[in-house]
Amino acid sequence: MKILVCIKQVPDLESRFKANSAGVWFDETDLAWRMNEYDEYAVEQAVKLREQLGEGSELVVLSIGPDRVVEAMKKALAMGCDRGVHVQDSAAAVKDPAQIAATVVAYARDQHFDVIFTGMQSQDRGSAQVGVLVAAGLDIACATTLVGFSYSDGTITAKRELEGGLKGIVKLKTPALVTCQLGLNVPRYPTLPNIMKAKKKDIAALPIESLLSTPPLAATVSFHPPAKKGGGIVLEGEVGILVDQLLGILKEKTAVLR
Amino acid sequence: MKILLIGESRDNKVLETTYELTGFAGAAAAESSLFFVGSPHDLPAVSGRLYLADVAACGEYNPDLHRDLIVRTVAEENPDAVVFLHSSYGWDLAPRVAAALKVAQISEVVGLVEGGFEVGCCNGKMRRTVKPATARVVLTIQSGAFPVNKEGGSPQVVALAPPVASGRVIFAGYEAAEARAIDLGRAEVIVSAGRGVGKKDNIPLIAALAKALGGELGASRPVVDAGWIEHSHQVGTTGQSVAPKLYVACGISGAIQHLAGMKKSDFIVAINKDKDAPIGEIADVLIVADVLQFVPALTAKL
Repeated sequence: MKILVCIKQVPDLESRFKANSAGVWFDETDLAWRMNEYDEYAVEQAVKLREQLGEGSELVVLSIGPDRVVEAMKKALAMGCDRGVHVQDSAAAVKDPAQIAATVVAYARDQHFDVIFTGMQSQDRGSAQVGVLVAAGLDIACATTLVGFSYSDGTITAKRELEGGLKGIVKLKTPALVTCQLGLNVPRYPTLPNIMKAKKKDIAALPIESLLSTPPLAATVSFHPPAKKGGGIVLEGEVGILVDQLLGILKEKTAVLR
Repeated sequence: MKILLIGESRDNKVLETTYELTGFAGAAAAESSLFFVGSPHDLPAVSGRLYLADVAACGEYNPDLHRDLIVRTVAEENPDAVVFLHSSYGWDLAPRVAAALKVAQISEVVGLVEGGFEVGCCNGKMRRTVKPATARVVLTIQSGAFPVNKEGGSPQVVALAPPVASGRVIFAGYEAAEARAIDLGRAEVIVSAGRGVGKKDNIPLIAALAKALGGELGASRPVVDAGWIEHSHQVGTTGQSVAPKLYVACGISGAIQHLAGMKKSDFIVAINKDKDAPIGEIADVLIVADVLQFVPALTAKL
């Protein structure tokens, strides 16, 4: 059985973002990078499935982006992926979801993966489109926002997170793609021996031009902070003074302090 | 502009969020019709054409079939935009429809600008303006971004012939939300812990403030996923929606799904080290401080 997991490297979302010189995405200076959080759950679930299937199965991790994304791929390899495919694209950040999906489809089309895992969305773009578009491009079954996954005899039973705590159970036959929601599992921390082992694992490099030839379907024309709605008070300073200020405000504006 | 709205139903009932779609249509000053897989006995109160597929024939969740019905309706209606909610239904279905129509999808729309759409990004901290390159576009709109429009009217129903049930994703039932140990909906004060609290050992500090204010303990999603607090305390679209007199967000950055569940609170206090955290957008007071220092100091004075 062949398994693919697609991951993205994203900046630490606690960072302060400012527009790049083109004004269409963030400036990458001084940003720290990590694996997209949703993708950590996807990798963990893929590794779990790989462990369940044992010998004769293979788990490939794929990422698209500049050379820095290899760091995120190494983490996935240390978590238990067998080998990596790095689609080299220094301009990945400005590709639209349709192009990213087309790239994965072009790679995966002849590889006959039985199960493909992705995060349900990236933390930076958050389009929640790529996984579903890949499934559509490959014409395979797809279920999204998984908080439960099990596999047996060519059938996936997935628990989808809906609204208000409700979950929907669905069954789909492989080949299939699933998109992973936070809380699906507990992503493991790579152990030191596994980090060392991962260094020896193969990461194949493919230039983006070899896979993608379609134009974007949408273009970002501006990247900016949200308009401040105003009205809210921002308080900064020494903690003791802040406490007194807040208590004053709460006494004046709310009825909860008696 | 002519748009096709994709309404939502669950268990034979219209979901209230469907009226955010009519709100969007109003904001866009668009001529709208609505597509809806649901029960003929509980139709959305909208005017205009309502393309109805009976859920009894289509199944509660059958994405391939729902997609095919929408594609058929688009051919009939010829809209400029097909508009979904940015919900579990929209996340699942909108890209399938966009792929089938070979058009751009623009996700998480929060506003309209000349020739394009304003969308959220970077966990709600930033915005992008996006313009489609295709004549038609699929949109998902962020919950709460557009006013609810429930003016009503009686729709002109166009019944869609029940298709032959098919599809590769077989719906096998719902799993109900866990029984709630506490009903946050009734609480007058809620003090919620977010990832900024740092670790499970610090949760008692937040619980102590909740107690001192006579309120309940709430939590954001990452804190629940990490197992620091039980799910019954989770506030947000996948937890409980709340509107207390006072909501205190401790170390919560303000993911959109969390904001959607608590922004109707009468008074919102946010305590966060990050002055730019999106929670600041809706907070009445943003205290820029370390929660671990501020919260115990506040509790001590109550």
